[in-house]
Amino acid sequence: MANIKPRVRIPRKAKAGEVVEIKSLIEHKMETGQRKGKDGNKIPRKIINRFECKFEGDLVFASDWHPAISANPYLAFHMRAEKTGEFEFKWIEDGGAEYVKKAKMTVS
Amino acid sequence: MGKTPSKLILAGCLALTACFAGKAFAADKKWGQYQVEDRRSGYTFAAPETRAMQDDNFQNPGMLWAEIGEELWEKTEGEAGKACASCHNGPETMKGVAVSYPKYVAEKKNLENLEQRINRCRTDNMKAKPWKYESKELLGMTVFVRNQSLGMPMNVKVDGEYAPFFEKGKAFYEQRRGQLDLACKHCHEDFEGGQLRANILSQGQGNGFPVYRLKWSGVGSLHRRFRGCNKQVRSKPYGYGSDEYLALELYVMWRGRGLPVETPAVRN
Repeated sequence: MANIKPRVRIPRKAKAGEVVEIKSLIEHKMETGQRKGKDGNKIPRKIINRFECKFEGDLVFASDWHPAISANPYLAFHMRAEKTGEFEFKWIEDGGAEYVKKAKMTVS
Repeated sequence: MGKTPSKLILAGCLALTACFAGKAFAADKKWGQYQVEDRRSGYTFAAPETRAMQDDNFQNPGMLWAEIGEELWEKTEGEAGKACASCHNGPETMKGVAVSYPKYVAEKKNLENLEQRINRCRTDNMKAKPWKYESKELLGMTVFVRNQSLGMPMNVKVDGEYAPFFEKGKAFYEQRRGQLDLACKHCHEDFEGGQLRANILSQGQGNGFPVYRLKWSGVGSLHRRFRGCNKQVRSKPYGYGSDEYLALELYVMWRGRGLPVETPAVRN
């Protein structure tokens, strides 16, 4: 799929020790592999099978996804803000394609 | 020996449940802007989780389509070398536009909905190819334009030259059709709030369209919804942008007069 745009929303600024909510959304069909096309053949599975979030290179959140995850998946999680740094969000698709988004957070 | 206390606890629980149920019901009656007189937006029939998705602009996947529209707004296309922004400036000029569609167009002697208005702008002013009905581009632009009027009350004209179309739409709405011999009104007026398999029947309001439907995993237009409904009663659906559906669109928008524009709403 061409031009898949991931989106994330994080607080730009946070206080040290504060628990912040990280929201993410990616535009994706999440083709399950169960559907049949017009020609009667199965449409091959193409989903995002893993989501990872790294903060300054350290893995802070990851999850494996399976075909029951909806299209255009939204995911939110919490983490404790401790230092200023950069997030790297990565969505890994079947076939190995990766969609990456980066965002910075300043902690005071 | 242990019977009496457990009975008491059970009774207490029941009383509590009844109390909570009563409270929830009372709260349900207050829908704020989503209810005008006895007209209720589809929002009020949706599950709490679905409503939460719609309320959070970030979580609402319909906003992905609005973003498509936002990008296209600035994109120059066609022989005239224009983009939407060349004539209309910023998208904020579109505020309040959505509430009065479909509109009567004298030169066509027919109604025109927002999708067709956008395409007429493309062919006449931009000298560009019209977008296909239900394409990502047309849906994106429609969502984007309608979204500028978010929260504004629906207000379509039904008098004057609109009157014959309104009557036609009303007749369509009340006409039995298909193998199941059902009219729109049988579900959406006589049995609103009732159960249709696992779904709760809404009043069939159009204020949130084009809508992100979880079943579709995407955004769809009001005419797509009409077609779906028509197919479900096993009648032959009319085409996208057909005269029948335009008249019906006018009638449906009138039914929801005063309800806020919710585009892109999220529904099941």
